[in-house]
Amino acid sequence: MTASVSVQNASKTFGAFTALNDVSLDINAGEFIVLLGPSGCGKTTLLSILGGFLSPTKGRISIGSRDMTNVQPAKRPTTTMFQDYALFPHMKLKDNVGFGLRMRGMAKTARDEKALGFLDLVGLKGVADKKPHELSGGQRQRVALARALAVDPDVLLLDEPLGALDLKLRRQMQDELKAIQKRVGTTFVHVTHDQEEAMAIADRIVVMNQGRIEDIGAPADIYMRPRSLFSAGFMGEVNFIPGTVVETDAASARVETALGPMTLSPSAFTTGFPIRNQAVTLCIRPEHFRRAGTDEVGLVTLGQASVTGQAFFGTHYRCHLSPLAAPQMSIVAHMPQSATVSEGEAVGLAVSALDVVVLPSQRKDA
Amino acid sequence: MPTLTLEQSDRRNAWGFVAPALLWTLAFFVVPFLFMAAMSLWSRQSGQIVKAWNLDNYVAFFEKASLFKGLVNSLEITLIVTVLSVLLAYPLAWIIAERVPKRFQRLALIMAVLPFWTSYVVRSYSWLLVLSKNGVVNQTLLTIGLVSEPLELASNRTATVIGFTHFFVMLLTLTIYANLIQLSPNYRRAAADLGANAFQTFRHVILPLTLPGIMTGAFLTFVLCIGDYVTPQILGGNNELVLPQIIMLQLGRRADFPMAAALSIILMLAVTLAYVLCARWLKIERA
Amino acid sequence: MRNIVISAASWVYATLVFGFIFLPVAVLVLFSFQDGRLPVPPFNGFSTQWYAAIFADRKLMAALGNSFVVALLSSAIACVLGFLAAYALARHKLPGSALQRGLLIAPMTVSYLIIALGLLTVLNTFGIPLSLWTVGIGHVVINLPLCFAIIYSSMGDHHINIERAARDLGAGDLKVMVLVTAPMLMPSILAAFFLSVTFSWDEFIIAFLLSRFDVTLPVEIWSLLRSGLNPKTNAIGSLVFLVSVAVLMLLEFTLFRKTGKS
Repeated sequence: MTASVSVQNASKTFGAFTALNDVSLDINAGEFIVLLGPSGCGKTTLLSILGGFLSPTKGRISIGSRDMTNVQPAKRPTTTMFQDYALFPHMKLKDNVGFGLRMRGMAKTARDEKALGFLDLVGLKGVADKKPHELSGGQRQRVALARALAVDPDVLLLDEPLGALDLKLRRQMQDELKAIQKRVGTTFVHVTHDQEEAMAIADRIVVMNQGRIEDIGAPADIYMRPRSLFSAGFMGEVNFIPGTVVETDAASARVETALGPMTLSPSAFTTGFPIRNQAVTLCIRPEHFRRAGTDEVGLVTLGQASVTGQAFFGTHYRCHLSPLAAPQMSIVAHMPQSATVSEGEAVGLAVSALDVVVLPSQRKDA
Repeated sequence: MPTLTLEQSDRRNAWGFVAPALLWTLAFFVVPFLFMAAMSLWSRQSGQIVKAWNLDNYVAFFEKASLFKGLVNSLEITLIVTVLSVLLAYPLAWIIAERVPKRFQRLALIMAVLPFWTSYVVRSYSWLLVLSKNGVVNQTLLTIGLVSEPLELASNRTATVIGFTHFFVMLLTLTIYANLIQLSPNYRRAAADLGANAFQTFRHVILPLTLPGIMTGAFLTFVLCIGDYVTPQILGGNNELVLPQIIMLQLGRRADFPMAAALSIILMLAVTLAYVLCARWLKIERA
Repeated sequence: MRNIVISAASWVYATLVFGFIFLPVAVLVLFSFQDGRLPVPPFNGFSTQWYAAIFADRKLMAALGNSFVVALLSSAIACVLGFLAAYALARHKLPGSALQRGLLIAPMTVSYLIIALGLLTVLNTFGIPLSLWTVGIGHVVINLPLCFAIIYSSMGDHHINIERAARDLGAGDLKVMVLVTAPMLMPSILAAFFLSVTFSWDEFIIAFLLSRFDVTLPVEIWSLLRSGLNPKTNAIGSLVFLVSVAVLMLLEFTLFRKTGKS
């Protein structure tokens, strides 16, 4: 089963602290949504409000168009998968998975059968009679998933479920989560602070910071076309280059920067049309830099820069550069494996105009 | 009716869960205590309890030597017992924690507290078997000819102190052992590493770290000892009555409830004072 | 060399203190088998006549049964009330929770004599007759703080999400407590229960002041003491001791051994 979720102007305060500040969000039925942000950004508070462990101080929550604002977790069509798995330590796996069904009055044989089915879904049918402490972290995590899914929730809430796993297992579980979500079709709302995890699994990512939503969109959209400086920075390494809009017309905008003038399409301005004399920040990801002189179309040259440091990262060289035009500025750029760069060397920098995102330097509400 | 938020309905349920315990404590502990405190201000005249509010009972306590001496005896005995029990129990707890092999420690500890499982009344009685005129000690001394007349070992303060100390050495061995065993061996290693000898390590590291445990045990000893009626009644004889015995006398022979209440309040104040003195070492923590 | 001295001193000291601890109990048990009227040396020979005497003593056996019922019932009530209160105070932010905790453990710091006297004055005033019920009420008062403190201190925050998960899956508060919280905390609940049973079983002054016709074992033994040194007292004391130790060993090797390992 599946359902849409709607959050309308939800706020949550704890004493003087505002954990959630006027958040509105619509989630489609069957969507895999990731709430992404640093700790304290309000993502877990929002999840708790969806799960029924907290009531919003202001605002409304509805699931499948039914008002759920003050409904007990037991009476919601949601289940939560907790960060520490929260398996019942004294129950066998099949009793853990069957617990929700037991609460719904299902007879023992029927619920054992159904529990075994869900344990099978996560590949643990063979150990149904073991207890949680006999399992590895990854296995416990699967049991928690099976337990949450066993009651056919419309919405599954996942609170950093992969946080305690090592990197390799985490990658594997991300793929499995995504596959299982596709299979059961339930709406998944997943909280994490790991942007790579978010990109790996989400249909849409909701970037949160200081109790507000900064950005919403598909992973590629958020990464390539961020709509806030925070979002741009949180999704991955990025160079912020200050500039000023000096000329605009319908097809292009000219921006003056410390690295020289640049002509960009209005589509580079993700938060709205460019305005003359506006102070802006250019966002350029390290992997978007090219060496001047390559025959790519639409390259904008950014002048010479000297290499101040470099390290080999396997897929690329990560270089620190100091532009000759603005020596106080430090730029991080990725150079291909084949590049032969050495410290002190001067290279000509360029970037494709299509890869540049321009955002207002100060937030409109600040 | 406006709908409750989740936090509000949780809190309402929580009140429901804590209420029975609170009500029980209020009805059968706080109210009786207040009632007794009120009664301590009344008096008993010619067989009747007179509800005239005054401090006569408390004044009488300080004026009548027979009453006041009870508190002095109680405090003296309790202090002697507490200090003696800590001094006897600490080395034993240390030996069990440090000198006994790990797998025998639990057994040693169970052995050390085994006599707990005799009935409290019987425990004092069994000291009578040891200390009375024809008891084990006297018979032994007579047999080997160390004395020609049996010694008066029971029915005095020494017997009371022995009976109490016996009980509290067991209790304190348990609490101090629990404290010692929690200490990481790295403390001792670190102290030794920094040049402390065994005594300095004990004096500056182990003792301060186990002090909270000792104080908790000592406070418990104080509270249980000063309020006990059984041990002094069986072992102490009639010469040096302690406060609980005097309270029981008011109840029994004279049916002077107001005076018994006043003496109880005084006993309670003595415990409160001890609590205030130890308070900074006593804590109840949640894991 | 120094180590040997410390070792030897330790052994001597431990032996002496263990001797002190065991002396009265050994004498008690030994002379419960005395073939004669006085439970003091010399030991006249082995006899079980005093055990036969206590089993034939109806009042003593009735008191034994009374003690058993009062201990089990009052401990059960104290555990349930203590558990509920611990759950409420550990899991919910209630106003004045520090004050409530203080109130709940307050009886622990007050002498049993004072608790008994307070209850006695109230019961007298309201004309409530003394009985085993009033003894039981008093025993719950002294054991509730203990049960509350033990169970409260074992309610770790790492259990919170497990209880949330149960609620999330459809369990109401009662089901959460019965099916999830209580089983998880079973070792400390059992510890609280057995400690309560021990305290209630052994408690004298409250039982003495708050009972009338039906009495508990310590009170019955107290009245035996009026006959002075009496092998019958040795016998009942030894019986209680030996049975308690047997039960203790049984628990040690079954229940606590098992829970201690998981």
